[in-house]
Amino acid sequence: MRGMLDWLDNRTGYRALLQGVLYERIPGGARWRYIWGSTLVFAMVVQLITGVVLWSAYSANAQGAWESVWFIQNQMTGGWLLRGIHHYMAQVTIVLLVLHLMQVLIDGAYRAPREVNFWFGLILLQLVLGLSLTGYLLPWDQKGYWATKVATSIASMTPVVGPGLQKLLVGGSEYGHLTLTRFFVLHAGILPAAVALLIVGHIYLFRRHGVTTPKSAREKPDGYFWPEQVLRDGVASLIVMATVLGLVLWSGGAHLGAPADPAEPYAAARPEWYFLFLFQWLKYFPAGWEVIGAQVIPGLVLALVAAMPAIGGWKYGHRFNVGVATALLAGIVMLTWQARVQDAADPEFVASQAEAEVLAERSSELAAALSGIPVGGGLAMLRVDPLTQGPRIFEANCAQCHRFQGHDGLGGQPADPPSASDLAGFGTREWLTGLLDPDRVATDEYFGGTEHVNGRMSRFVQRGVARFSPEVRSNLEKVIMALSAEGSLPLQVEQDAVQQAEIEEGRALMSGEEINCTRCHTFRDQTEGDVGPVLTGWGSRDWMLGMLHDPTEERFYGEDNDRMPSFGVEKILTEDEMGLVVDWLRRDWVRGDSQEH
Amino acid sequence: MSEDSLEGSRAETEPTLSDGLDRVGEKERRDFLVGISAVAAGALAMLAPIGAAVVSLLDPLRREKLSSEMVLVARTSAIPEDGSPRKFTVTADRTDAWAAYDDSPVGAVYLRRSGDEVRALNVVCPHAGCFVGVAKDNSRFSCPCHLSSFDLDGAVDDPTSPSPRDMDTLDVEVRNGDEVWVRFQNFLPGRAEKTPV
Repeated sequence: MRGMLDWLDNRTGYRALLQGVLYERIPGGARWRYIWGSTLVFAMVVQLITGVVLWSAYSANAQGAWESVWFIQNQMTGGWLLRGIHHYMAQVTIVLLVLHLMQVLIDGAYRAPREVNFWFGLILLQLVLGLSLTGYLLPWDQKGYWATKVATSIASMTPVVGPGLQKLLVGGSEYGHLTLTRFFVLHAGILPAAVALLIVGHIYLFRRHGVTTPKSAREKPDGYFWPEQVLRDGVASLIVMATVLGLVLWSGGAHLGAPADPAEPYAAARPEWYFLFLFQWLKYFPAGWEVIGAQVIPGLVLALVAAMPAIGGWKYGHRFNVGVATALLAGIVMLTWQARVQDAADPEFVASQAEAEVLAERSSELAAALSGIPVGGGLAMLRVDPLTQGPRIFEANCAQCHRFQGHDGLGGQPADPPSASDLAGFGTREWLTGLLDPDRVATDEYFGGTEHVNGRMSRFVQRGVARFSPEVRSNLEKVIMALSAEGSLPLQVEQDAVQQAEIEEGRALMSGEEINCTRCHTFRDQTEGDVGPVLTGWGSRDWMLGMLHDPTEERFYGEDNDRMPSFGVEKILTEDEMGLVVDWLRRDWVRGDSQEH
Repeated sequence: MSEDSLEGSRAETEPTLSDGLDRVGEKERRDFLVGISAVAAGALAMLAPIGAAVVSLLDPLRREKLSSEMVLVARTSAIPEDGSPRKFTVTADRTDAWAAYDDSPVGAVYLRRSGDEVRALNVVCPHAGCFVGVAKDNSRFSCPCHLSSFDLDGAVDDPTSPSPRDMDTLDVEVRNGDEVWVRFQNFLPGRAEKTPV
């Protein structure tokens, strides 16, 4: 063994190199306060390891990015942990960078002859921020998409070169495949390479100048990097890693929003927390001052920080620098805090955040339930999901008159009171039970707001049903079962199959003496007067689509139609949209394991 | 070659001074030419890959803009009669780099109607590109990012609004009685004038 190592040393000189690396002399000995740089090197190594493995499963294109990140997060063994570490280490890195910078400033370690190394550090800080910014877009979810749009918009404001710069970043005029390939090459290629080079330079210069020792260290004996300082650095790295793991476990891993959608608003669009101060900052610049706020002032601040080594040479320069840095940090903390407080106090922001969370969970659940994302991608998958699209279509087109569980489908409250029935549970036995309840038929839930409130159906329920004997009442329950079974509701078909006998009985009772639906309605081949809507197939997909298409058709309300638009005939809604809202009302959507609904 | 060694050679070998100087001059010239050639050869060798790299990276600059043809967005019957704005997704055939998409979402517009007249606003905020929302009471537009605020015609309605211009209006045509066709375009954010992207 020894012989082999001798041979290797003879050919490579590795012992001298190792000696140089490990036995760096530290004036005054090893100290805890020297750990910050080492923890940052550790963080970068962690990002390199986790990043490269993430890369092995990531696909940088507009139809593969969200999809592959969903796969990493939910399907790949340990993927959530891997992505969680990468995500939270990125955030911890920013904190460590600020601590490192502040320490360098306070200890005066930026002064001659260490100016160049200070500048290296400043460039590294910006490169790391660049890594964060580019990494935020890569999952191609709503959050990253809309937040990054703000960032590239700011780039486009640069005088003269702005529009071209934006095009180069985005890879064209609009966000798309090339935006991802370009951001990815920055995130995984150019920026990490630059960081690696600068870290080598940074450490080389640091070794050249040595640590900046505090006064208290000067009487103490000198020590060496190995093993005393390495032990401290190792323990510090361990604490950093424990913090990151704690964050991953506490949060359940990095978040993945719903797939990016250029046509869907995302009111909760915010950058990562360490950019929030810039976000808040922009609110204070009125029209025409954007460039000043977004570029000129941040640029000047950066220039001032870069000039600190020169300023530090003056009598009060060092105090000035530390003062400026502290004030900047305080300002950043205050702006961040303000952004948080304003968002928390804004009910619309809070609501849109909750909405975004629901959509994120639904996207993930759909992908899992379909055992993979259809080839059209996550967004296309979501666009044909009745549970997602149904309420939106309902809110925009139905909720002026109808309600859904008393709201507009999305949880809001339209300005005008309801003027048509509440359609939540339409077709179910419960819904029919309410309609046939003398106390409820004339309320807002059913005919209250319509012309039908004084119609024959309403009269029948309020006068006829109210006087039913207990025996007829139990027959009515069978009629309700029979009528509800017409819809073949996905959540009720099993129960319908079990109660086939009662349903058969109910069908016969619909033309019976007491209940006699067919006196006004057509049911199967039974009819006396064709006044109300046809009950054959009532509540089925076809029946409901027909109703939406044209309620003035004879088989529905005919001339008695009360203000319901012919959504199909007038082309207010497309066939697909009508299908989505009908499927949603019928609760006919792809279900995941966890879903109760 | 330093001054010292020149002095030395002069002192020891007087007769060959000019020879020496010539030789030194010749060597310097030679080194200079070799150096220049080395740099030139290296640069020349790198020219093709760097040139190809730069040209390829700059490709987006010479890409055509999105076609700004009119697209069918909605029917007039789908727009509320009371003049309140409604959001519509704009779908169009588009090519994204290598992929061609049929009828896929490219953005969204707010449509408003007064009688037969339909007006269209791009939903994207002219300040920093966020998605402008409608206030709950339908009385105005407001951007959830930096609080830009606009009246229902899309005009900036607040002197402290950070938006440098009104919301971007789009050309609208009503064809065949009820088809609303919109020339969908995006514009550069953060500047007072409306410049198509």
